[in-house]
Amino acid sequence: MKLTKLLTSAAVALGLATTAMAEDKTKVGFVFVGPVGDGGWTYEHNKGRLAVEEKYGDKVETVFVESVPEGPDAERVMTQMALDGADLIFTTSFGYMDPTINVAKKFPKVKFEHATGYKQADNVSVYSARFYEGRAVQGHIAGSMTKSNVIGYIGSYPIPEVIRGINSAYIHAKKVNPDVQFKIVWAYTWFDPAKEADAAKVLIEQGADVILQHTDSTAPQAAAQAAGNVITFGQASDMSEYGPLPRVSSIIDDWAPYYIARVGAVMDGTWTSTSTWDGIGAGMVGIGEISDAVPADIKEQALALKASLASGEYHAFTGPVNKQDGSAWLADGETADDGTLAGMNFYVEGIEGDVPN
Amino acid sequence: MIRLEKRPQPSKTLSLATPLIAVVVTMIAGGLLFATLGKNPFEAIRTIFWDPLFGEYAFYYRPQLLVKGAPLVLIAIGLSLGFRAGIWNIGAEGQYIVGAICGAGVGLAFYPMESFLIFPLMVLAGALGGWAWAMIPALLKVKFGTNEILVSLMLVYVAEQLLASMSLGLLKNPQGFGFPGSRNLQDYASAHNAELITGSGMHWGVVAAFIAVILAYVLLNKHILGFNIRLSGEAPRAARFAGVNPTRLILFCLGASGALAGLAGLFEVSGPSGQVSIDFNAGYGFTAIIVAFLGRLHPVGIMLAGLLMALTYIGGDIAESNLQLPAAAIQVFQGMLLFFLLALDLLTNYRLKFASKGVA
Repeated sequence: MKLTKLLTSAAVALGLATTAMAEDKTKVGFVFVGPVGDGGWTYEHNKGRLAVEEKYGDKVETVFVESVPEGPDAERVMTQMALDGADLIFTTSFGYMDPTINVAKKFPKVKFEHATGYKQADNVSVYSARFYEGRAVQGHIAGSMTKSNVIGYIGSYPIPEVIRGINSAYIHAKKVNPDVQFKIVWAYTWFDPAKEADAAKVLIEQGADVILQHTDSTAPQAAAQAAGNVITFGQASDMSEYGPLPRVSSIIDDWAPYYIARVGAVMDGTWTSTSTWDGIGAGMVGIGEISDAVPADIKEQALALKASLASGEYHAFTGPVNKQDGSAWLADGETADDGTLAGMNFYVEGIEGDVPN
Repeated sequence: MIRLEKRPQPSKTLSLATPLIAVVVTMIAGGLLFATLGKNPFEAIRTIFWDPLFGEYAFYYRPQLLVKGAPLVLIAIGLSLGFRAGIWNIGAEGQYIVGAICGAGVGLAFYPMESFLIFPLMVLAGALGGWAWAMIPALLKVKFGTNEILVSLMLVYVAEQLLASMSLGLLKNPQGFGFPGSRNLQDYASAHNAELITGSGMHWGVVAAFIAVILAYVLLNKHILGFNIRLSGEAPRAARFAGVNPTRLILFCLGASGALAGLAGLFEVSGPSGQVSIDFNAGYGFTAIIVAFLGRLHPVGIMLAGLLMALTYIGGDIAESNLQLPAAAIQVFQGMLLFFLLALDLLTNYRLKFASKGVA
C-alpha cells in the first residue's frame, strides 16, 4: 500500500513538475509493437511522430520504444515514460489496451491515447481509422483487374478490424465482377516477412492474381513481383518501391494530422478524452497513387468511389447485404451502424470458409 | 606466440569467473557498439545496469526486476536439471504457453464464483499442463528414440497455434466485443495472482521461483536422484553401470522442467499479464536457456543470471526510451552476453600459453 502511495505521489509530483515545465517542452511518448523500420504499421506511426516534431520543433520532445511485447513489458515501458515526465503517451497496438488502462490509473495527470481499442477513461482516448473505406476502393480495383477471378487475401488475426476489411473488399469486388472468389489465408501475425511471403506464394499457386494483405511487411509484394502477373496493394504504408507493378495502389494510414492535433490540445490545455474513428474524409486513411498499370477507366471509377466515400455521400456498407448464412443484415439502402462494424465477426454472403475461432 | 593447451581438469575458478568476465567484456563491446551509434557509451551502460537498481525511479524498477526475473528463473531451474543430464528440452516456451492456457482455463471455468480454492486449482492445472506438454517429447523419446530437441521445439509452434485458437475461441472474453483475448484475471479476485505486498513485485510466481532454487539445490547436492542426474551428464557409461535407469531420468527431467515452465506461465497469465491473448508469450522459454547456461546450470547461479537478464531487459527499455537507442542494439547487446560466455568457456577447458616454443 505504501509503495503504491509513493508511486502515485511521485507521479503527482511529476505531473506538477511537468506542468510547470510545459512552457518549455511537451514530452510525448510512443510505444510501438514492431520495429520502426517495418515499412508498414509502426513505420507510419513513427512518421506521425516525426511530423509532430517537425510541426512543434523545440516546443516538443518525443521519445519512443519499439518492438515492445504486449503485456507486462508494455506496462513497464509506459510507466517508465510517465515517470520520466511524459505528458502524453500514444500506445499503438490493440494488445496494449489493458496495460494502458492500468498505467493511466496510476498517472491521472498524464494523458494516454490508445490505438484500435475500445476502453476509454478520463485520461485515456481511443482512436482508429476506417480502413474499410480504403478496402472498398481496393476491392473495386481488384475485382476489375483480376483475370483468374481469384483474389488472395492474407489476414493477420480474425478480429473485427480485419474481417471488416475482407467484407468491404469482397462487397466491392463482387459489385464489378460477380464471378470473383476470395481465398483467405490467416498468417496469425502482424509482422513476419517469412510467413507473409509463404502465404502469398500459397495463394498465387492456388490461382490468385491479386493479393490483398492485412499484414505489415513488404514480403508479399516481393513474392508477387517474383511470381509475375500478380497485382498487390501497399498496406498501412504506400510501399511505392514495388510500383507500378505489382503494387498498383495502397491504403495509407496517415496518423500525422491526428497526432499533431492531439499534441496541440495537450499544449494549450484543451485535451479531453475522446473516441475518434476517422476515414478517408478526415485524411486518416489515404489511397496511394493508382499506378498506370490500372486502365484509365478503372482508375477513374476508383477515384470517384474514393470521393463519394470521403464526402460521406456513400457508405462502404450499404444494403442490400446478407450475412454469410443468407440471413438479412442490411436492407436496401440501409447503412451499417458503427456498433455492428466495431464488433464485426461474420462474413457477408458469398465469402467461402468460416471465420476461425 | 600464443598456444592453447588443454587443461587436465576444467578450471574451477575460471568456471565461476567466466560469467563475470563475460559481463564485463559484453559491457566493453556493447559500449563500442553504442559509441558507433553515436551515443555516449558510459551513459548507455549506466542506464542499463545502474539506473534500474539505484536511479531516481529505482523504487519502481527493483520490484519489476522480480516480476521479469521470476519466470526466467523458474523455467531455467527446470531446464538445468535436464541439461545437466544431457536431456535437452528446448521447448519450454510451449510448456509455458500450455501451462498458462490450462491454468487460466480452470480459473475462467469458475467465473464468477469466488472461492479461495480456485487459485490453488489453477496452480495445479498450470503445472499439469506444462508437464503434459513436456511428456509428449519425453514419451516419444523413450518409446521411439526420437530427438527431444526437435520434438520439444516443434511443439512450441503447435502451442502458439493453440494459444491463438484459445484467444479467438474457447477462452475469448464474451464481453470483449468480438476482440480476441480472455477476460482479464486481474479483475477476478479468486483467480488473480496479486502482489503479496502491494508495490513489492512479490507475487506467488516469485515465491515459487525462490522455492524452486532451494529445492533444486537440495536435489542436486543431497539426493540420489540429483547425483544420478549429474552422473548421467558427466559420465553416461558410468551411470549405466551404476544402474541409473535412463527412461526414468528422461521422464523426470522433461516432466519437471515442463511442470516448472507451466507454473511460470500460470503465474504470469494470472498476474502481471492478466489475460490469455494471442501474443501472450514473450520469449521467456527461450531466454531461460540463456539464463540456465549463464548461471552455470547451478541453482544459485541461475537465480543471479535470471536477475541479470531481467536487468538488461528493464535497463534496455529505459535506454531505448531515454537515449533513443534502437531495439535491435539492445537485442545485440543481450546476444553478446551468451556469445562471450560461450567463447570464454574455452578458457575453462584450455589454458593460454604465451611462452615461445624454444623455451618450453
